[in-house]
Amino acid sequence: MKTLYESDFIVIRDEIRCIRCKVCVRQCANEVHQYDEEDDRVIAENSRCVGCHRCVTLCPTKAITIIRNPLDFRENYQWTARAIKDIYKQAETGGILLTGMGNDKEYPIYWDRLLINASQVTNPSIDPLREPMELKTFIGRKPEKLEFDNYGRLITEIPPQLELEVPIMFSAMSFGSISINACESLARASVEVGTFWNTGEGGLHKKLYPYKERAIVQCASGRFGVDVEYLNAGSAIEIKIGQGAKPGIGGHLPGEKVGEEVSQTRMIPIGTDAISPAPHHDIYSIEDLRQLIYALKEAVNYKKPVGVKIAAVHNVSAIASGIARAGADYIAIDGFRGGTGAAPTRIRDNVGIPVELALASVDTRLREEGLRNQISLIVGGSIRNSADVIKAIALGADAVYIATSALVALGCHLCQNCHTGKCNWGIATQDPNLVKRLNPDIGAKRASNLLKAWSHEIKEMLGGMGINALESLRGNRLMLRGVGLNEKELEILGIKHAGEGI
Amino acid sequence: MRYVIIGNSIASAGCIEGIRRVDSEGEIIIISDEPYHIYSRPLISYWLSKKVKDISYRPVDYYEKYRVTPILGKKVIQVDFESKEVILENGEKIKYDKLLIATGGKPFIPNIPGLDKKNIFTFIRFDDVKKINEVIFDGAKVIVIGAGLSGLKAVEALIKRNCKVTVVELAGRILGSILDEDGARMVQEIFEEKGVIFLLENSVVEIFGEEKVREILLKSGEALPADILIFAIGVVPNVDIFRGTKLKINRGILVNERMETNIPDVYSAGDVVEALDLLTNEDRVIPILPNAYMQGEIAGLNMAGREVKYSGSFSMNSIGFFDVHIMSAGIINPPAEVEVIKRIDLERKIYRKLYIRGGKILGFMFINSIDRTGMIVDLIKNRIDVSNFKDRLLSDNFGFLDLPKEFRKEKILGV
Amino acid sequence: MELKTKKRIYPKEDVCIGCHLCEIYCILAHSGTRDLIKAFKKLDKPSPRVLVEEKDGYYITFALQCRHCDDPLCIKACITGAMHRDENTGYIICDEERCVGCWSCILVCPYGAIRRSEDGKAVSKCDLCIEKGNPVCVENCPNEALELKELEDLA
Repeated sequence: MKTLYESDFIVIRDEIRCIRCKVCVRQCANEVHQYDEEDDRVIAENSRCVGCHRCVTLCPTKAITIIRNPLDFRENYQWTARAIKDIYKQAETGGILLTGMGNDKEYPIYWDRLLINASQVTNPSIDPLREPMELKTFIGRKPEKLEFDNYGRLITEIPPQLELEVPIMFSAMSFGSISINACESLARASVEVGTFWNTGEGGLHKKLYPYKERAIVQCASGRFGVDVEYLNAGSAIEIKIGQGAKPGIGGHLPGEKVGEEVSQTRMIPIGTDAISPAPHHDIYSIEDLRQLIYALKEAVNYKKPVGVKIAAVHNVSAIASGIARAGADYIAIDGFRGGTGAAPTRIRDNVGIPVELALASVDTRLREEGLRNQISLIVGGSIRNSADVIKAIALGADAVYIATSALVALGCHLCQNCHTGKCNWGIATQDPNLVKRLNPDIGAKRASNLLKAWSHEIKEMLGGMGINALESLRGNRLMLRGVGLNEKELEILGIKHAGEGI
Repeated sequence: MRYVIIGNSIASAGCIEGIRRVDSEGEIIIISDEPYHIYSRPLISYWLSKKVKDISYRPVDYYEKYRVTPILGKKVIQVDFESKEVILENGEKIKYDKLLIATGGKPFIPNIPGLDKKNIFTFIRFDDVKKINEVIFDGAKVIVIGAGLSGLKAVEALIKRNCKVTVVELAGRILGSILDEDGARMVQEIFEEKGVIFLLENSVVEIFGEEKVREILLKSGEALPADILIFAIGVVPNVDIFRGTKLKINRGILVNERMETNIPDVYSAGDVVEALDLLTNEDRVIPILPNAYMQGEIAGLNMAGREVKYSGSFSMNSIGFFDVHIMSAGIINPPAEVEVIKRIDLERKIYRKLYIRGGKILGFMFINSIDRTGMIVDLIKNRIDVSNFKDRLLSDNFGFLDLPKEFRKEKILGV
Repeated sequence: MELKTKKRIYPKEDVCIGCHLCEIYCILAHSGTRDLIKAFKKLDKPSPRVLVEEKDGYYITFALQCRHCDDPLCIKACITGAMHRDENTGYIICDEERCVGCWSCILVCPYGAIRRSEDGKAVSKCDLCIEKGNPVCVENCPNEALELKELEDLA
């Protein structure tokens, strides 16, 4: 069938600068560039280009640039080029549209409608270069009160905690959805910076055991890679109920991607499809969830926190309340911008709610019910920079999860083609030819640099607010003002509008 | 400590450099009947063809830098092993503590009538090509006797000097020491394209001429006009002055694995010795340049007091004629039961042939497909089983990824 | 007078991406120009002295250049003395002026790391960018798949 789908990108090659070194030819897994022996020139098949810029970055003479195809459809507010092209695609394949990474639609980004406070005259600001600044964060259930004996020694037993040097963790990405080198990069960065990475539902690869002290191990609906050794390997266990990119649906790793390594790590036969069901088939109620939480706590002798990860959906605050009551040590809420290795486009783009609103409403609800101290709150799925982190903490989060930002640090160019397995940057792929493109030495350095840079910025902003410990910002919504938000939004977020005083 | 070296070529350089790695103090004396700064014999054909002007093997300040006293242009006539003295033709006696005999090879010339004529040469020493250079002229008719390595290098140089060359060879093919029939034919064609005439299975029986050579008579009965005659039949170990002494000599001087002869403190290296052939496990003369250096170096190290053993070698050659390059090593004329793999491209004149027995390479010959051949030589040396990748040996781009992973890693990361 | 190389490059095959940029920058470094475009448009463009080992359909690749062996067979086999060890650095260097192209070094190099120059006249081999300081292949590898190690001075 002749395709009506014209290419999204156009490769522009400066013929004067091109030295026919063929680096682009070798580097493009999508086979965009080809060397024509007869004419001695490199030609491009634009239709295959995903705009990942691998060739642009590696071209030694900077002869290549990639532009969006300027071809315009007849101007139409309703029928955008993307809407039309999606239909062409489905008319030609008869299939569900698949995509990678997070929701890229023009929904409001509440982070960008929130503004941070600073001290002036009264309550003077603090210079983080001169004075100590505390970012240390503990994730886990906090005791209602502390008791001491006659000698002043603490006698209250403190439930298990995760101790973070920065309030940022790498959120769940399985070995399978990303490469072993990407996993290793994040794991090593976690060790370096003093935070945690998350196995996702891919199991714990033997190569990653050296970093297990800094791992949160996930237990998802497919139970892949889960055994007692695995549960005890990490520092915390996370029950995955849902994820922001595709709330309500499960996952599917096709059999052809289940090679020897993935098979061993997930504990399934080589070549079999790894299907994560949409629900946990043993969880149909909060009571069932409580059973799993305690089964896992039992398995690790109550030595490690057990958290629950859910997608931000309409009833998120009630669900969070239930999770707190079920005995979880933390709740992770994943917003609708959260990324994924593969999701149906329509679900990614239309299901779930913004994490800013979910966070505020969950925090409010837990406070109202007197549960907030019993559980830590982690949010993820849209955090792009240190200001987003500050705002999340002020809205009530204990810590944030980052994944897309972390991958971008590793080299991801957000081409949204993770689901093809041909990631030219060695991240979202299992092809050994591509995996080796991400050198874990470099990846670990880049990821830890990102966290270090953000923590410097967080300290600067805290200092500006006259705060010297992140703890004092937590849930301190007075430090935020909204801009361009309506009454309802301000009400949910629990903040005042910019211009309003205390 | 005084080291005396007889001979001033490759083995001697190896010896000097070997000694100096251990002993920077001892006195080194080098004696040669040739009056030249240390030079490389294979370069004489390049000199004759005017490709190079300088045939020095080491820089001009070499002797100075290595603190060597050269005695050049003086012939050794005798060695008194009892009193440890080297006796020169002028009667001078030189004491030694350690002696290296590196007298190399001398050309073999068959005894035929007419050898007393002028313009008859051999092709080994600098003096040979200097004399040839004086008498050749454009269109000179030159007969080269012997189609071996040095004979054909002479032919190449003479063609480049516009001579008309005829080659007379006793055997049925050229380059019998490094090529089989198919390979030899391929190379012969190259020469024939340049106008060289080959007379195989033939030999010179008599030389005619008044003062100078004018004509030769061949075994076949044919007579050929000739201006110049060059004997390049081969070399034999240059051991004349040691015949009849207690120095043990077979074809060449016999040495142990430290390159020491049967006489204490007397060592020998290079084309004059018989040493271990790794492929046949027998001692024999393998007159190739790398061996001379390595043996000289081993001798030098041992002379200076470091125990080092010579691990043996095997025949190998890299040689080029015009734009054709040939490499071969090991056994070229194998017994019948070996496995043969080959690739031949007559049009592009590419030839790759290997002999394999019990999974191990015994020998090979390559023409015009020579890149990375050292890796194959290394496979022979290390007796690597090639059964699993033998087809790849025929490929022009044979590489490390064809080798077993462990061997590859050890080789590259182990150094 | 025991001389050994003071530096050696080690390849990391786990992270070599087979881009050949090492070869490309090697060509530039030995081209006599500082501009890649000029270097590649030159008629006498030098050949690279580093070689990316690769094999069809196999994912492992790595770049290999002269090992600057402690016991260099190429020097021993050289018929002209062109192949020598640099006294200051211990690197094995071929004096291309003196090389006659007999390729004896190619015959004995167990690494296959010596090549014929593009014009076929002389040997082309890694000189560890002796005139530039640090080897350009190492400096320009986009994935740090080549490591320059300083070796202990044994002398």
